[in-house]
Amino acid sequence: MLDKIGIAKRIAKEVKNGYYVNLGIGIPTLVANYVREDIEVEFQSENGVLGMGPFPFEGEEDADLINAGKQTITTLEGASFFDSATSFSMIRGKHVDLTILGAMEVSGNGDIANWKIPGYMVKGMGGAMDLVASAENIIVAMMHTNKKGDSKLLKRCSLPLTGVGCVKKVVTNLAVLEVTSDGFKLLERAPGVSVEAIQNATEGPLIIDGEVPEMDL
Amino acid sequence: MINKQVANVKEALKGLSGGMTLMLGGFGLCGIPENAISEMVDMDIKNLTCISNNAGVDDFGLGLLLKKNQIKKMVSSYVGENDEFERQMLSGELDVELIPQGTLAERCRAAQAGFPAIYTPAGYGTEVAEGKETRDFDGKMYVLETAFKADFSFVKAWKGDAAGNLMFKATARNFNPNMCGAATITIAEVEELVPAGSLDPNQIHIPGIFVQRIFEGKGYEKRIEKRTVRQKT
Repeated sequence: MLDKIGIAKRIAKEVKNGYYVNLGIGIPTLVANYVREDIEVEFQSENGVLGMGPFPFEGEEDADLINAGKQTITTLEGASFFDSATSFSMIRGKHVDLTILGAMEVSGNGDIANWKIPGYMVKGMGGAMDLVASAENIIVAMMHTNKKGDSKLLKRCSLPLTGVGCVKKVVTNLAVLEVTSDGFKLLERAPGVSVEAIQNATEGPLIIDGEVPEMDL
Repeated sequence: MINKQVANVKEALKGLSGGMTLMLGGFGLCGIPENAISEMVDMDIKNLTCISNNAGVDDFGLGLLLKKNQIKKMVSSYVGENDEFERQMLSGELDVELIPQGTLAERCRAAQAGFPAIYTPAGYGTEVAEGKETRDFDGKMYVLETAFKADFSFVKAWKGDAAGNLMFKATARNFNPNMCGAATITIAEVEELVPAGSLDPNQIHIPGIFVQRIFEGKGYEKRIEKRTVRQKT
Protein backbone atom coordinates (compact mmCIF):
# COMPACT_ATOMS: atom_id res chain seq x y z
CA MET A 1 0.00 0.00 0.00
CA LEU A 2 1.23 3.50 -0.83
CA ASP A 3 1.32 6.57 1.37
CA LYS A 4 0.60 10.04 0.00
CA ILE A 5 4.18 10.44 -1.18
CA GLY A 6 3.96 7.10 -2.97
CA ILE A 7 0.82 8.25 -4.80
CA ALA A 8 2.62 11.47 -5.79
CA LYS A 9 5.64 9.48 -7.02
CA ARG A 10 3.46 7.24 -9.17
CA ILE A 11 1.58 10.18 -10.68
CA ALA A 12 4.86 12.00 -11.37
CA LYS A 13 5.57 9.28 -13.94
CA GLU A 14 2.56 10.50 -15.95
CA VAL A 15 4.17 13.91 -16.40
CA LYS A 16 5.84 14.09 -19.81
CA ASN A 17 8.42 16.36 -21.40
CA GLY A 18 6.93 19.67 -22.59
CA TYR A 19 3.82 19.46 -20.43
CA TYR A 20 2.11 22.40 -18.78
CA VAL A 21 0.64 20.95 -15.60
CA ASN A 22 -1.90 22.22 -13.09
CA LEU A 23 -1.61 20.70 -9.64
CA GLY A 24 -4.46 20.78 -7.15
CA ILE A 25 -4.16 21.17 -3.40
CA GLY A 26 -3.02 18.23 -1.22
CA ILE A 27 -1.39 15.12 -2.70
CA PRO A 28 -1.23 16.70 -6.22
CA THR A 29 1.04 19.49 -4.91
CA LEU A 30 3.57 16.83 -3.86
CA VAL A 31 3.84 15.55 -7.44
CA ALA A 32 6.13 18.46 -8.38
CA ASN A 33 8.82 17.06 -6.07
CA TYR A 34 9.10 13.76 -7.95
CA VAL A 35 9.02 14.71 -11.63
CA ARG A 36 12.06 13.43 -13.55
CA GLU A 37 14.80 16.02 -13.66
CA ASP A 38 15.76 15.37 -17.27
CA ILE A 39 12.46 16.69 -18.69
CA GLU A 40 11.11 20.23 -19.09
CA VAL A 41 7.78 20.86 -17.39
CA GLU A 42 6.03 24.06 -16.30
CA PHE A 43 3.60 24.14 -13.41
CA GLN A 44 0.61 26.43 -13.63
CA SER A 45 -1.22 27.69 -10.59
CA GLU A 46 -4.65 29.07 -11.35
CA ASN A 47 -4.23 32.16 -9.18
CA GLY A 48 -1.97 33.47 -11.92
CA VAL A 49 1.50 31.99 -12.33
CA LEU A 50 3.15 29.74 -14.87
CA GLY A 51 6.62 28.42 -14.13
CA MET A 52 6.11 27.87 -10.42
CA GLY A 53 9.18 26.85 -8.43
CA PRO A 54 9.76 25.38 -4.98
CA PHE A 55 8.96 27.01 -1.64
CA PRO A 56 11.22 30.00 -0.83
CA PHE A 57 14.07 29.85 1.66
CA GLU A 58 13.21 31.18 5.08
CA GLY A 59 13.30 34.97 5.07
CA GLU A 60 12.70 35.16 1.31
CA GLU A 61 8.92 34.72 1.39
CA ASP A 62 6.94 37.27 -0.62
CA ALA A 63 3.31 37.89 0.39
CA ASP A 64 2.59 38.80 -3.25
CA LEU A 65 3.81 35.45 -4.56
CA ILE A 66 1.65 32.47 -3.65
CA ASN A 67 0.14 29.38 -5.26
CA ALA A 68 -3.53 28.36 -5.44
CA GLY A 69 -3.17 26.74 -2.02
CA LYS A 70 -2.13 30.17 -0.67
CA GLN A 71 1.37 28.86 0.09
CA THR A 72 4.40 31.07 -0.48
CA ILE A 73 6.32 29.97 -3.59
CA THR A 74 9.11 31.01 -5.95
CA THR A 75 9.27 31.17 -9.73
CA LEU A 76 11.67 29.51 -12.15
CA GLU A 77 13.37 30.86 -15.25
CA GLY A 78 10.77 31.61 -17.92
CA ALA A 79 7.95 32.20 -15.45
CA SER A 80 5.07 34.60 -16.06
CA PHE A 81 2.24 36.20 -14.09
CA PHE A 82 -1.26 36.92 -15.38
CA ASP A 83 -4.79 37.77 -14.28
CA SER A 84 -7.47 35.23 -13.35
CA ALA A 85 -9.36 35.45 -16.65
CA THR A 86 -6.15 34.73 -18.57
CA SER A 87 -5.37 31.89 -16.19
CA PHE A 88 -8.68 30.20 -16.90
CA SER A 89 -8.28 30.87 -20.62
CA MET A 90 -5.23 28.61 -20.37
CA ILE A 91 -7.37 26.00 -18.63
CA ARG A 92 -10.65 26.17 -20.57
CA GLY A 93 -8.80 26.75 -23.82
CA LYS A 94 -7.01 23.40 -23.33
CA HIS A 95 -3.54 24.93 -23.26
CA VAL A 96 -2.76 23.10 -20.02
CA ASP A 97 -1.80 19.50 -20.82
CA LEU A 98 -2.40 17.72 -17.54
CA THR A 99 -4.55 18.37 -14.50
CA ILE A 100 -4.00 16.49 -11.26
CA LEU A 101 -6.50 16.97 -8.47
CA GLY A 102 -7.92 15.36 -5.37
CA ALA A 103 -11.44 14.01 -4.92
CA MET A 104 -13.90 12.82 -2.30
CA GLU A 105 -15.64 10.49 -4.77
CA VAL A 106 -15.16 9.30 -8.34
CA SER A 107 -17.70 7.19 -10.23
CA GLY A 108 -17.14 4.50 -12.83
CA ASN A 109 -18.36 6.82 -15.58
CA GLY A 110 -15.78 9.47 -14.70
CA ASP A 111 -17.91 11.83 -12.59
CA ILE A 112 -16.09 13.55 -9.76
CA ALA A 113 -17.22 15.10 -6.47
CA ASN A 114 -14.81 17.16 -4.42
CA TRP A 115 -16.30 20.45 -3.28
CA LYS A 116 -19.18 20.01 -0.88
CA ILE A 117 -20.69 17.79 1.79
CA PRO A 118 -24.23 19.17 2.17
CA GLY A 119 -25.00 20.52 5.63
CA TYR A 120 -21.52 19.78 6.90
CA MET A 121 -18.62 21.07 4.86
CA VAL A 122 -18.83 23.69 2.15
CA LYS A 123 -15.50 25.06 1.07
CA GLY A 124 -16.38 25.77 -2.52
CA MET A 125 -15.18 24.48 -5.84
CA GLY A 126 -12.43 27.04 -6.46
CA GLY A 127 -11.08 26.32 -9.91
CA ALA A 128 -11.94 22.62 -9.87
CA MET A 129 -15.12 22.89 -11.97
CA ASP A 130 -13.33 24.87 -14.68
CA LEU A 131 -10.45 22.40 -14.64
CA VAL A 132 -12.52 19.22 -14.88
CA ALA A 133 -14.92 20.64 -17.47
CA SER A 134 -12.13 21.48 -19.86
CA ALA A 135 -8.99 19.45 -19.34
CA GLU A 136 -8.43 16.56 -21.74
CA ASN A 137 -6.17 14.73 -19.36
CA ILE A 138 -7.34 14.56 -15.75
CA ILE A 139 -5.76 12.35 -13.11
CA VAL A 140 -7.33 12.06 -9.68
CA ALA A 141 -5.03 11.51 -6.71
CA MET A 142 -6.77 10.18 -3.62
CA MET A 143 -6.96 7.47 -1.00
CA HIS A 144 -8.99 4.47 -2.17
CA THR A 145 -11.32 4.62 0.84
CA ASN A 146 -12.43 7.39 3.20
CA LYS A 147 -11.70 7.61 6.92
CA LYS A 148 -14.68 5.35 7.69
CA GLY A 149 -13.30 2.75 5.30
CA ASP A 150 -15.96 3.28 2.62
CA SER A 151 -14.93 3.12 -1.02
CA LYS A 152 -14.39 6.41 -2.82
CA LEU A 153 -14.61 4.67 -6.20
CA LEU A 154 -18.34 4.34 -6.71
CA LYS A 155 -21.02 3.28 -9.14
CA ARG A 156 -22.54 6.77 -8.78
CA CYS A 157 -21.25 9.69 -6.74
CA SER A 158 -23.43 10.45 -3.72
CA LEU A 159 -22.05 13.97 -3.11
CA PRO A 160 -22.78 17.03 -5.29
CA LEU A 161 -20.79 16.73 -8.50
CA THR A 162 -17.86 18.86 -9.58
CA GLY A 163 -17.96 17.57 -13.15
CA VAL A 164 -19.48 14.81 -15.25
CA GLY A 165 -17.69 12.12 -17.26
CA CYS A 166 -14.34 13.86 -17.07
CA VAL A 167 -11.88 11.77 -15.02
CA LYS A 168 -9.53 9.68 -17.14
CA LYS A 169 -7.31 8.06 -14.54
CA VAL A 170 -7.29 7.51 -10.78
CA VAL A 171 -4.19 6.82 -8.69
CA THR A 172 -4.87 5.70 -5.13
CA ASN A 173 -2.90 4.15 -2.29
CA LEU A 174 -3.98 0.74 -3.68
CA ALA A 175 -4.07 0.99 -7.45
CA VAL A 176 -3.87 2.79 -10.78
CA LEU A 177 -7.19 2.68 -12.60
CA GLU A 178 -8.32 3.95 -15.98
CA VAL A 179 -11.87 5.18 -16.41
CA THR A 180 -13.44 3.37 -19.39
CA SER A 181 -16.96 3.21 -20.79
CA ASP A 182 -17.49 0.05 -18.71
CA GLY A 183 -16.05 1.35 -15.43
CA PHE A 184 -12.70 1.33 -13.63
CA LYS A 185 -10.12 -0.75 -15.45
CA LEU A 186 -7.44 -1.95 -13.06
CA LEU A 187 -4.06 -1.12 -14.59
CA GLU A 188 -1.62 -1.56 -11.72
CA ARG A 189 -1.54 -2.71 -8.10
CA ALA A 190 0.36 -0.89 -5.37
CA PRO A 191 3.31 -2.90 -4.00
CA GLY A 192 2.05 -5.78 -1.86
CA VAL A 193 -1.63 -5.15 -2.59
CA SER A 194 -3.67 -8.04 -4.02
CA VAL A 195 -6.32 -7.80 -6.72
CA GLU A 196 -8.78 -9.10 -4.15
CA ALA A 197 -7.98 -6.26 -1.71
CA ILE A 198 -8.63 -3.75 -4.51
CA GLN A 199 -11.90 -5.49 -5.39
CA ASN A 200 -13.00 -5.30 -1.76
CA ALA A 201 -12.22 -1.58 -1.57
CA THR A 202 -13.94 -0.68 -4.85
CA GLU A 203 -17.71 -0.22 -4.90
CA GLY A 204 -17.92 0.87 -8.55
CA PRO A 205 -17.58 -1.47 -11.55
CA LEU A 206 -14.04 -2.88 -11.65
CA ILE A 207 -12.62 -4.45 -14.78
CA ILE A 208 -9.80 -6.92 -14.35
CA ASP A 209 -8.26 -7.99 -17.61
CA GLY A 210 -5.64 -10.69 -17.19
CA GLU A 211 -2.57 -10.35 -14.99
CA VAL A 212 -2.40 -6.97 -13.20
CA PRO A 213 1.20 -5.81 -12.74
CA GLU A 214 2.58 -4.20 -9.63
CA MET A 215 3.46 -0.48 -9.91
CA ASP A 216 7.00 0.35 -10.82
CA LEU A 217 7.94 3.33 -8.67
CA MET B 1 -4.29 63.84 -18.84
CA ILE B 2 -7.52 63.13 -17.03
CA ASN B 3 -6.74 63.21 -13.35
CA LYS B 4 -8.29 60.39 -11.27
CA GLN B 5 -6.32 60.96 -8.12
CA VAL B 6 -8.15 61.50 -4.83
CA ALA B 7 -6.53 62.46 -1.54
CA ASN B 8 -7.32 59.46 0.59
CA VAL B 9 -9.50 56.42 1.17
CA LYS B 10 -12.35 58.50 2.65
CA GLU B 11 -12.63 60.58 -0.48
CA ALA B 12 -12.27 57.49 -2.65
CA LEU B 13 -15.24 55.77 -1.01
CA LYS B 14 -17.63 58.71 -1.41
CA GLY B 15 -21.07 57.55 -2.49
CA LEU B 16 -20.61 54.06 -1.11
CA SER B 17 -23.55 53.03 1.07
CA GLY B 18 -25.27 50.01 2.57
CA GLY B 19 -27.12 47.57 0.34
CA MET B 20 -24.74 48.02 -2.59
CA THR B 21 -23.07 45.31 -4.66
CA LEU B 22 -19.28 45.39 -4.59
CA MET B 23 -16.45 43.65 -6.38
CA LEU B 24 -13.24 43.14 -4.42
CA GLY B 25 -10.01 41.94 -5.96
CA GLY B 26 -7.61 39.49 -4.38
CA PHE B 27 -6.91 35.78 -4.07
CA GLY B 28 -6.91 34.64 -0.48
CA LEU B 29 -5.24 37.55 1.31
CA CYS B 30 -2.98 38.27 -1.67
CA GLY B 31 -3.67 41.52 -3.52
CA ILE B 32 -6.73 42.55 -1.50
CA PRO B 33 -7.82 46.21 -1.17
CA GLU B 34 -6.83 46.46 2.50
CA ASN B 35 -7.44 50.20 2.84
CA ALA B 36 -10.93 50.11 1.34
CA ILE B 37 -11.95 47.17 3.54
CA SER B 38 -10.74 48.92 6.72
CA GLU B 39 -12.65 52.04 5.74
CA MET B 40 -15.84 50.02 5.16
CA VAL B 41 -15.47 48.54 8.63
CA ASP B 42 -15.27 52.10 10.04
CA MET B 43 -18.20 53.29 7.92
CA ASP B 44 -20.23 50.40 9.35
CA ILE B 45 -22.31 50.08 6.18
CA LYS B 46 -24.49 46.95 6.11
CA ASN B 47 -26.30 44.58 3.75
CA LEU B 48 -23.45 44.46 1.29
CA THR B 49 -23.26 41.97 -1.54
CA CYS B 50 -19.60 41.15 -2.11
CA ILE B 51 -18.22 39.52 -5.24
CA SER B 52 -14.79 38.24 -4.30
CA ASN B 53 -13.01 34.96 -4.94
CA ASN B 54 -12.53 34.33 -1.21
CA ALA B 55 -13.95 35.70 2.01
CA GLY B 56 -10.75 36.46 3.91
CA VAL B 57 -9.84 34.83 7.20
CA ASP B 58 -11.49 35.33 10.57
CA ASP B 59 -9.55 38.48 11.45
CA PHE B 60 -8.36 39.87 8.14
CA GLY B 61 -9.62 40.79 4.69
CA LEU B 62 -13.36 40.38 4.15
CA GLY B 63 -13.45 38.44 7.41
CA LEU B 64 -13.41 41.85 9.13
CA LEU B 65 -16.70 42.79 7.46
CA LEU B 66 -18.20 39.36 8.11
CA LYS B 67 -17.41 39.57 11.80
CA LYS B 68 -19.47 42.76 12.04
CA ASN B 69 -22.32 41.24 10.02
CA GLN B 70 -21.91 43.86 7.30
CA ILE B 71 -22.21 41.34 4.47
CA LYS B 72 -25.60 40.03 3.37
CA LYS B 73 -24.41 37.97 0.45
CA MET B 74 -21.09 36.62 -0.82
CA VAL B 75 -20.39 35.50 -4.37
CA SER B 76 -17.17 33.48 -4.22
CA SER B 77 -15.50 30.33 -5.47
CA TYR B 78 -13.70 29.16 -2.34
CA VAL B 79 -14.35 30.02 1.28
CA GLY B 80 -12.50 27.29 3.14
CA GLU B 81 -10.27 29.39 5.38
CA ASN B 82 -12.87 31.25 7.39
CA ASP B 83 -14.70 29.62 10.33
CA GLU B 84 -17.02 32.58 10.91
CA PHE B 85 -17.99 32.52 7.26
CA GLU B 86 -18.78 28.81 7.41
CA ARG B 87 -20.82 29.31 10.57
CA GLN B 88 -22.87 32.17 9.08
CA MET B 89 -23.41 30.21 5.87
CA LEU B 90 -24.49 26.94 7.51
CA SER B 91 -26.80 28.83 9.92
CA GLY B 92 -28.39 30.70 7.00
CA GLU B 93 -27.43 34.21 8.25
CA LEU B 94 -25.33 34.75 5.18
CA ASP B 95 -26.51 34.19 1.64
CA VAL B 96 -23.75 32.52 -0.38
CA GLU B 97 -23.47 31.90 -4.10
CA LEU B 98 -20.55 29.62 -4.86
CA ILE B 99 -19.43 29.65 -8.47
CA PRO B 100 -16.44 28.24 -10.33
CA GLN B 101 -13.34 30.43 -10.15
CA GLY B 102 -12.98 30.80 -13.91
CA THR B 103 -16.67 31.68 -14.18
CA LEU B 104 -16.21 34.36 -11.53
CA ALA B 105 -13.31 35.85 -13.46
CA GLU B 106 -15.18 35.72 -16.74
CA ARG B 107 -18.40 37.26 -15.33
CA CYS B 108 -16.22 40.18 -14.21
CA ARG B 109 -14.49 40.37 -17.54
CA ALA B 110 -17.82 40.20 -19.40
CA ALA B 111 -19.05 43.20 -17.39
CA GLN B 112 -15.80 45.02 -18.18
CA ALA B 113 -15.95 44.15 -21.87
CA GLY B 114 -19.64 44.76 -22.53
CA PHE B 115 -20.82 41.19 -22.96
CA PRO B 116 -24.18 40.43 -21.31
CA ALA B 117 -23.28 36.78 -20.79
CA ILE B 118 -20.84 34.06 -21.73
CA TYR B 119 -21.02 30.29 -22.28
CA THR B 120 -18.69 28.16 -20.20
CA PRO B 121 -18.35 24.38 -19.82
CA ALA B 122 -17.62 24.80 -16.10
CA GLY B 123 -20.34 23.45 -13.86
CA TYR B 124 -22.35 21.68 -16.55
CA GLY B 125 -24.17 18.71 -15.02
CA THR B 126 -23.68 20.06 -11.48
CA GLU B 127 -25.88 22.12 -9.16
CA VAL B 128 -24.10 25.26 -10.40
CA ALA B 129 -25.95 24.88 -13.71
CA GLU B 130 -29.39 24.38 -12.13
CA GLY B 131 -31.94 26.82 -13.56
CA LYS B 132 -29.48 28.15 -16.12
CA GLU B 133 -29.72 27.93 -19.88
CA THR B 134 -27.44 25.27 -21.39
CA ARG B 135 -26.45 24.77 -24.97
CA ASP B 136 -24.61 22.32 -27.16
CA PHE B 137 -21.70 23.64 -29.24
CA ASP B 138 -19.98 21.01 -31.39
CA GLY B 139 -21.14 18.16 -29.18
CA LYS B 140 -20.10 19.65 -25.85
CA MET B 141 -22.46 21.23 -23.32
CA TYR B 142 -22.05 24.75 -21.99
CA VAL B 143 -23.79 26.87 -19.33
CA LEU B 144 -24.88 30.46 -19.93
CA GLU B 145 -23.48 32.74 -17.21
CA THR B 146 -24.42 36.40 -17.04
CA ALA B 147 -22.12 39.38 -16.55
CA PHE B 148 -21.98 40.77 -13.02
CA LYS B 149 -23.63 44.08 -12.22
CA ALA B 150 -21.94 45.98 -9.42
CA ASP B 151 -21.94 49.49 -7.98
CA PHE B 152 -18.30 49.66 -6.92
CA SER B 153 -15.20 47.69 -7.76
CA PHE B 154 -12.28 47.82 -5.31
CA VAL B 155 -8.90 46.80 -6.65
CA LYS B 156 -5.40 46.81 -5.29
CA ALA B 157 -2.38 47.47 -7.50
CA TRP B 158 1.35 47.77 -6.96
CA LYS B 159 2.00 51.01 -8.85
CA GLY B 160 -0.32 53.53 -10.41
CA ASP B 161 -0.37 57.11 -11.64
CA ALA B 162 -2.85 59.97 -11.49
CA ALA B 163 -4.25 58.94 -14.89
CA GLY B 164 -5.42 55.71 -13.25
CA ASN B 165 -2.94 53.48 -15.07
CA LEU B 166 -2.09 50.37 -13.05
CA MET B 167 0.66 47.83 -12.71
CA PHE B 168 0.34 44.72 -10.55
CA LYS B 169 2.96 42.64 -8.83
CA ALA B 170 3.35 38.85 -9.08
CA THR B 171 0.27 36.84 -8.08
CA ALA B 172 -1.25 39.88 -6.35
CA ARG B 173 -2.63 40.57 -9.82
CA ASN B 174 -5.27 37.79 -9.82
CA PHE B 175 -8.84 39.15 -10.13
CA ASN B 176 -7.88 42.83 -9.83
CA PRO B 177 -7.44 43.58 -13.55
CA ASN B 178 -10.67 41.73 -14.42
CA MET B 179 -12.66 43.84 -11.96
CA CYS B 180 -11.38 47.17 -13.31
CA GLY B 181 -14.18 48.84 -15.23
CA ALA B 182 -16.56 45.99 -14.38
CA ALA B 183 -18.61 48.09 -11.92
CA THR B 184 -20.15 51.55 -12.21
CA ILE B 185 -17.21 53.02 -10.30
CA THR B 186 -13.77 51.42 -10.00
CA ILE B 187 -11.56 52.50 -7.13
CA ALA B 188 -7.90 51.55 -7.24
CA GLU B 189 -5.65 51.67 -4.23
CA VAL B 190 -1.96 51.41 -4.95
CA GLU B 191 1.14 50.85 -2.88
CA GLU B 192 2.96 53.54 -4.78
CA LEU B 193 1.36 56.43 -6.63
CA VAL B 194 3.98 57.69 -9.05
CA PRO B 195 3.98 60.97 -11.03
CA ALA B 196 2.09 60.77 -14.32
CA GLY B 197 4.48 60.02 -17.14
CA SER B 198 6.84 57.93 -15.05
CA LEU B 199 5.23 54.57 -15.88
CA ASP B 200 6.32 53.11 -19.19
CA PRO B 201 3.14 52.87 -21.33
CA ASN B 202 4.45 49.52 -22.63
CA GLN B 203 4.35 48.06 -19.15
CA ILE B 204 0.89 49.16 -18.01
CA HIS B 205 -1.43 46.25 -17.17
CA ILE B 206 -4.66 48.26 -16.88
CA PRO B 207 -5.19 51.54 -18.74
CA GLY B 208 -6.63 54.40 -16.69
CA ILE B 209 -9.89 54.45 -18.68
CA PHE B 210 -11.08 51.51 -16.53
CA VAL B 211 -10.42 53.38 -13.25
CA GLN B 212 -12.47 56.28 -11.85
CA ARG B 213 -10.57 57.01 -8.63
CA ILE B 214 -7.06 56.22 -7.49
CA PHE B 215 -5.23 56.81 -4.22
CA GLU B 216 -2.07 55.72 -2.48
CA GLY B 217 -2.91 53.28 0.30
CA LYS B 218 -1.28 53.24 3.70
CA GLY B 219 0.14 50.66 6.07
CA TYR B 220 -0.24 47.53 3.97
CA GLU B 221 -0.02 44.50 6.19
CA LYS B 222 0.08 41.96 3.31
CA ARG B 223 -0.51 39.06 5.60
CA ILE B 224 0.74 35.65 4.47
CA GLU B 225 -1.92 32.97 4.84
CA LYS B 226 0.33 29.91 4.58
CA ARG B 227 4.00 30.57 5.07
CA THR B 228 5.82 27.65 3.46
CA VAL B 229 9.59 27.54 3.24
CA ARG B 230 12.35 25.08 2.43
CA GLN B 231 15.56 24.64 4.35
CA LYS B 232 18.95 25.57 2.97
CA THR B 233 21.03 22.43 2.61
